[in-house]
Amino acid sequence: MNFETTIGLEVHIEMQTKSKAYSPAPVVYGAEPNTNTNVIDWAYPGVLPEVNKGVLEYGMRAAMALNCEIEQDLHFDRKNYFYPDNPKAYQITQKDTPIAHDGWLEIELEDGTKKKIGIEEMHVEEDAGKNTHNPNGYSYVDLNRQGTPLIEIVSKPDLHSADEAYAYLSRLRQIIKFTGISDVKMEQGSMRADVNVSVRPIGSDKPGVRTEMKNLNSFDHVRKGIEYEEKRQRGILLKGGEIEQETRRFDEPTGTTVLMRSKEEANDYRYFPEPDLPTYHISNEWIEEVRESIPEMPDKRRERYINEWGIPAYDAKVLTQTKEMSDFYEATVAYGGDPKLASNWLMGEVNAYLNDKQIELGDTALTPEHLATMIQLIKDGTISSKIAKKVFKEIITNDTEPKAWVEEKGMVQLSDPEKLQPIIDEVLDNNQQSIDDFKNGKDRAFGFLVGNIMKQTRGKANPKVVNKLLTESLKSR
Amino acid sequence: MDYLKNDLTSLHQMLVNKELSASELMEATFDGIAKREPQIDAFLAMNKDEALKQAAAIDQRGINADNVLDGIPVGIKDNMVTKGLTTTAASKMLENFNPIYNATAVERLENAGMVVAGKLNLDEFAMGSSTETSAFKKTKNAWDQTKVPGGSSGGPAAAVASGELIAALGSDTGGSIRQPAAFNGVVGFKPTYGRVSRYGLIAFSSSLDQIGPMTRNVKDNALILNAIAGQDKHDFTTSPREVPDFTSKIGKDIKGMHIGVPKEFMDVDLQPEVREAVQNAIKTFESLGATVDEISLPHSLNGIQVYYIVATSEASSNLQRYDGIRYGFRAKDVKNLEDVYVRSRSEGFGDEVKRRIMLGTFSLSSGLYDEFFGKATKVRTLICNEFENIFKDYDLILGPTTTTAAFGFGEKTDDPIAMYMNDLLTIPMNLAGVPAMSIPGGFTKNGLPVGIHLVTPRFDEETLYQAGYAFEQATDFHNQIPTIGGQN
Repeated sequence: MNFETTIGLEVHIEMQTKSKAYSPAPVVYGAEPNTNTNVIDWAYPGVLPEVNKGVLEYGMRAAMALNCEIEQDLHFDRKNYFYPDNPKAYQITQKDTPIAHDGWLEIELEDGTKKKIGIEEMHVEEDAGKNTHNPNGYSYVDLNRQGTPLIEIVSKPDLHSADEAYAYLSRLRQIIKFTGISDVKMEQGSMRADVNVSVRPIGSDKPGVRTEMKNLNSFDHVRKGIEYEEKRQRGILLKGGEIEQETRRFDEPTGTTVLMRSKEEANDYRYFPEPDLPTYHISNEWIEEVRESIPEMPDKRRERYINEWGIPAYDAKVLTQTKEMSDFYEATVAYGGDPKLASNWLMGEVNAYLNDKQIELGDTALTPEHLATMIQLIKDGTISSKIAKKVFKEIITNDTEPKAWVEEKGMVQLSDPEKLQPIIDEVLDNNQQSIDDFKNGKDRAFGFLVGNIMKQTRGKANPKVVNKLLTESLKSR
Repeated sequence: MDYLKNDLTSLHQMLVNKELSASELMEATFDGIAKREPQIDAFLAMNKDEALKQAAAIDQRGINADNVLDGIPVGIKDNMVTKGLTTTAASKMLENFNPIYNATAVERLENAGMVVAGKLNLDEFAMGSSTETSAFKKTKNAWDQTKVPGGSSGGPAAAVASGELIAALGSDTGGSIRQPAAFNGVVGFKPTYGRVSRYGLIAFSSSLDQIGPMTRNVKDNALILNAIAGQDKHDFTTSPREVPDFTSKIGKDIKGMHIGVPKEFMDVDLQPEVREAVQNAIKTFESLGATVDEISLPHSLNGIQVYYIVATSEASSNLQRYDGIRYGFRAKDVKNLEDVYVRSRSEGFGDEVKRRIMLGTFSLSSGLYDEFFGKATKVRTLICNEFENIFKDYDLILGPTTTTAAFGFGEKTDDPIAMYMNDLLTIPMNLAGVPAMSIPGGFTKNGLPVGIHLVTPRFDEETLYQAGYAFEQATDFHNQIPTIGGQN
C-alpha cells in the first residue's frame, strides 16, 4: 500500500519590539531573572493590558512579506490555561480575527523544483515566562519572557514530506529575517514549530488522523520528527490499526516521538473576546505606511540582480540568502562598485573569509564603501589583482580607506603610458639582442623584456599597459 | 463638630475662609467614624495616621481656592488598589495584601487634593447584592441596622448615608453602586462604560465594571466625577472623548425634557412603596415641565440572564490569577505545588465567588460556548440597540432602582436566584454601557429609603445630573438623615 503524508506547521516567532506585547516592560534577552517585568507581567490585581502598536505593525510586516490579506477590523481573545509561567492564567491572542490570512510562500527543493505553500493565517499573541527545575527540589519562574510578542504562522496542509517541511521552514526564516521583525534563531527559541503529521493511503478521500509534536526547536528535529511519525503511522496503518489523535513529544536521544497527552486530556482553553482591549481598526493609510517601510524581499532582489546587473542565477541566490549580505551587496554597487566584480568578491573572498573565521559580515571591519573603492582601484588599473588581495586583507580587518592606503604604501600600479614609455625605451636600448630574437620569432624574448621592465618599476608596472606599449615599441624598432 | 449636613461646596468655602482647617475636618471625620462605626461596620481599613499627615501638609501649603475637592476626606471601596494601604476586595484571598500602586481613580482624587480616609466593605470581589459575602464583616444599613446595606458597594453607601464620609468611590458591575445607594438613600452614579479608568480596580467582569461616585447629593457627585473621568493610558477601554464639566447643566430647567418610563420595569413585582415613589417622581418631573411617556424596552429584562453568563464567564477568567503564589493568601502546611493551588483557593475564596467561577467556567466550555456565552453576547447587542433606539426619542429613562427597599440579613443568602434578582433593573444599563444614577426618591412606611433610577444615552452624564438635580431640588428626600446610635 502506498501512503501520502500531510504536514501542517504552526510556527511561533518572537518579535523583537522594544517593549512587550501588552506591557511597557522591555524585551531583552539574557537579563537577570524577573528584572524586565512589571505589575502587568506579574498579573498583579487591578492591572490591564496595554497594547503595543508596534506588535500590530510587525505583524503586518510579516503578513505583507508572506503575501497575506490583512484583517482590518480585529479584536483580541483570551485563551485560558493554568501554568506557573503564565501568571494571568490566560494568554491574549487572536482567535476570531487573526491579523492576516490566506498568504503563501514559495519553496525550492534540492532538485530545483519550486512549489507554492499556502499560509492559512497568522496571529499575534504573547509568550509565557520560563520555568526551570532545580535538582534541589524547587522550581523557579522567570517572567522576563512573559509578554514577549509572538507571531504564529499557520501553514495550509500543502506540505507532503519532511524535505518540504524543511524547505518551508528555511524559506520562512529567510523571509522573516528580511522583514527585520525577528532574528529567527531556532536554537535560541526565537522560532519554534508545532508540527502536525497525518498519513493516509493514496486515493483515500478521508483525511488521515493527525498527531501533533509541540515546540520543536531545531530544523533537524522537525525533519527527524516528521520522518519518524510517517514511519510510525504507516506501520500502524499497515497492521490494520488506527491512528490516535494525540500530542507527542520528539525525544532527541532516541530520535523517536513519545506520547504526551491523548485527545481526552486536551485543554479546554475557554476562548472568549478579551474585554480589557477595544476592537482595532487598521486603516488603509497605516497599511500603506507599513508597506513602504518593509524591505524588498529576496525573490524580487534576485530577479533584479539577474535582469538589471546580469548576475548569474546561482550567484543572485547566494547573495540574497540573507538581508545583511544582500544589503551589503547593493550598497557596494551604490558606492560605484561594478555589480559583477562586487558579486565575485562577496561570493569569493568575503564568504571564504567569513567561513574561515566563522563570523558574520557585520562582525568584520569591511564597509560597502571600502569594497566599492577597492573594486574601482582594480578596475581602473590603480592596483593589480595581486595587490588587491593585500588591500582586501587590510580593509576587512581594519577600518582603512583603501585608496589612501595603497598610495601611502606605494602599492599604486604604474599605468601611465607617458611614465612607462621612457622605461620601456631604456630597456629596449639596452637589449638589442632580445629585439633581434623577438623579430626572429623567439617569443620568450618578449617575456624577458617584460621582466626587465617590471624589475625597473619594482613590480608596479601595469602588465596590461606594458604589454600594449612594448608590442607597439617593438614594431617601430 | 460634625459636618454631616454640609455639601462639598460649603465645606470648601469654610476651608478657603479658614473657618476650618483640613486637619480639623480630618479629625472631625475620624471622630464621626469612631462614633458611628460600631453600628455601621463600613470600614475594612482606616488610614487615620496617613490621612492626618496629608491634611496637615495641605494646611501647610494652604487650601487651593480653585479646587473644591482640596482637603476633603474620601472613602474608597476596597476593590480599588491603594498604594501602601491594605486592599482586600473583602476576600480572604487578599487578606493583608498591600499594593504597590494606586488605582487611576484614586490617584486622580489624590491629585485633586482629596485624602483617603479608609477602605470600605463590599461583597467579596464585588460579587453580591447585600455585602454579606464579605469575608470580614457585615456592614449595616444606615437607616435600620437590622437590614443589609445592599451591595456590592454596601460599605461606601452606608458610610456616606450615615455621615461617616461626605463621599466615596464605589464600583458598579450590575448595579453595585445604584442598588446600595437606593437602599441607603444616597446618590449613586454609574458613569458611561469607558468614562472612568478601571486601572487598579480589581477586576470582576471587565466589560461591565465601572467606577463611580457615591455622595449625599447630586452636585457633589458631579464634582467628584469631574476629577476621576477621562482617558487613561493604562486602560485602553477608556474613551478619548474630552471630559466636559459634569456640573455644566446643573441648575438648568428641564422644561420640555422627554422622559420615558419602561413599562417592563413597572410590570415586575414591585414593593407598593417603590411603585408609589416612581409614580410620585413622574408627577414631580411633569410638574417641572418634562413630558413623561410609557415606553417599552422588551429585551432589557432578559439582561439578568445575559449578565449571569457574561459576568461569571469574565470573572472565571479574571480570578484565575489568585493562586497563592505571587501575592495574597497562601494555605499553610501544604504538601506540594498542586496542594498550594487547590488549598489556597479552597480556603481563600468564599462560596459565592466559587459559585460564580464554576458558572462562568461552565458557560465558556467548548461545546457550550455558542449556547451560553455566544447567545448572551447576541442578546446583549439587542439590549444595546434597544437603548440606542429609545434615546432617539427620549432624553432620559426613569424607573425604580430596585424592586424593594432594603431586606434583612440572611433573608436571601440561601437563595442565590432571589439574591441575583436584586439587580434585575440595574443590569441592563451595565450591558448597554449607558450612564445611570440612583437618587433618593422616598421612604417606605418603615422608614427605609427608596431609590429613583435615571438613565441617559452614552456619554451624556450632564443631562443625567441636570435631571437628578432638578428632582432633588423639588423634593426633600436627600435632606433626611438617619439616626445612628441615638445621634445623627
